[in-house]
Amino acid sequence: MNVAQPVLVAAHGVSLAPGGTPILERVDIAVHAGELVSLIGPNGSGKTTLVRTLLGFATPDSGRVERRPGLRIGYVPQRLQIDRAMPLTAERFLGLAPRGTPAARRAAMAELGIAHVAGRAVQDLSGGEFQRLLLARALLAEPELLVMDEPAQGIDVVGQAELYHWIAELRARRGCGVLLVSHDLHLVMAATDKVVCLNRHVCCTGHPEAVARHPEYIALFGPASREFAVYAHKHDHVHDVAGHVHADHDHPHKHDHAH
Amino acid sequence: MDDFLVRALLAGLGVAVVAGPFGCFVVWRRMAYFGETLAHTALFGVALGVLLEVDLIVGMIAAVALGALLLGFAQRDKRLGSDAILGILASLTLAGGVIAVSLAGTVRIDLFAFLFGDILAVRASDLYAIWGAAGAALAALVWLWRPMLSATLNDELARIDGVRVDAVNLLLMLLLALVIAVAGRMVGILLVVALLVIPAAAARRFARTPEQMALGAAAAGAVAVAAGLWGSFRWDTPTGPSMVVAAGLVCLLAWIVPRRRAA
Repeated sequence: MNVAQPVLVAAHGVSLAPGGTPILERVDIAVHAGELVSLIGPNGSGKTTLVRTLLGFATPDSGRVERRPGLRIGYVPQRLQIDRAMPLTAERFLGLAPRGTPAARRAAMAELGIAHVAGRAVQDLSGGEFQRLLLARALLAEPELLVMDEPAQGIDVVGQAELYHWIAELRARRGCGVLLVSHDLHLVMAATDKVVCLNRHVCCTGHPEAVARHPEYIALFGPASREFAVYAHKHDHVHDVAGHVHADHDHPHKHDHAH
Repeated sequence: MDDFLVRALLAGLGVAVVAGPFGCFVVWRRMAYFGETLAHTALFGVALGVLLEVDLIVGMIAAVALGALLLGFAQRDKRLGSDAILGILASLTLAGGVIAVSLAGTVRIDLFAFLFGDILAVRASDLYAIWGAAGAALAALVWLWRPMLSATLNDELARIDGVRVDAVNLLLMLLLALVIAVAGRMVGILLVVALLVIPAAAARRFARTPEQMALGAAAAGAVAVAAGLWGSFRWDTPTGPSMVVAAGLVCLLAWIVPRRRAA
């Protein structure tokens, strides 16, 4: 999808070996306007380093990073701990973003269903609420590209489903490109246009179903990962028809394994 | 009220209103020990000022600013923990500073006055320097408030927002050096961190936003300075230490008063 769309951000043959240890080897990846790309790979496969390189936080030893000039990026980092020493309400946290009026901040919180926590301390939010707050902050930048590093970490399964639902919604509504990083396989596949599977080098890339059948992908994540991937795809289907994520079964995880 | 008391009060208030907000950054960034070490380097500045025959406060500001740059550099090596590096340097800077001062000429310097403060000796001309430095530091803080807060919260988010994090951090460090040098001259090099950290700690109890904490810290510091000065006059106790004890009492009070729970 969207091959004709302009490139928002891309890496061309990027290698990175800080202190002589190779972390990325000749990696190619591109996110086009309006495209949802999932970057998956086991822990230590270089996902976060690749994202940091794409965002300009790290400089590649060789290869080239391309970013559309003036690209507005919304970023949700992997781990954000806000020290309790700093008093900070959710509303004030959003106010630290360079863009956005008070009205825009309220709208962003309402859009993500966290308006009720506006006056609460960020340290008291649940994992899911805080991730949505980070997402709201990213949206205030009116991003053309949304980059999320492991957004579902530390969130329970229902919260994850909700989060991915929001991401898909937002992309549909705002038409921004999304780069989603995850080691979490079964949910990530659902709304994705393209999966890039990374293990220092790009193992395989393409449509979710094609990647799920790719021998290198299976070798990396084990045979069980196939079922997860298929499950996720069916899940997406159920979602489309019923219009609600867990509409018609109590134990969605077991459902597809039984088939 | 005597003139010297009025001058001391004005000097103390000038220091408090700027030390409070900067103290918040010290607390948020967990830099209390860093600030302590930095304050010790001011003694080198005293020696430097004597040798170069410039105003001692100028020497102190220069020494602390240089110390901030060197300390920031030393902390980049992660093989030793930050606290270990500071543990080494806090003692070394104090010991070295005392030696430097004694070499520079013991006759003209009252070491005790630099270590524990000499706010009652403040001259009218010092007041301009204090309020000038405090005003400049506060103006810079207000001007760069959002980027400084962003850089304190999260490096990468700040960069994405277009904040020049390295420049902002450097500037914050240099401003902190200025505040420490000026405040250290008043309440003493060994006590200045208390004036930064304690009012901020007191303000944390009731603040819901960073801005409330910064204003609260300035207010708590002002109360502590005034109360300390009064106590020092009333009971004939050393002024700098009295202000620090007063700050401690303000902080204690802030944390033990029961708080009504918000609905």
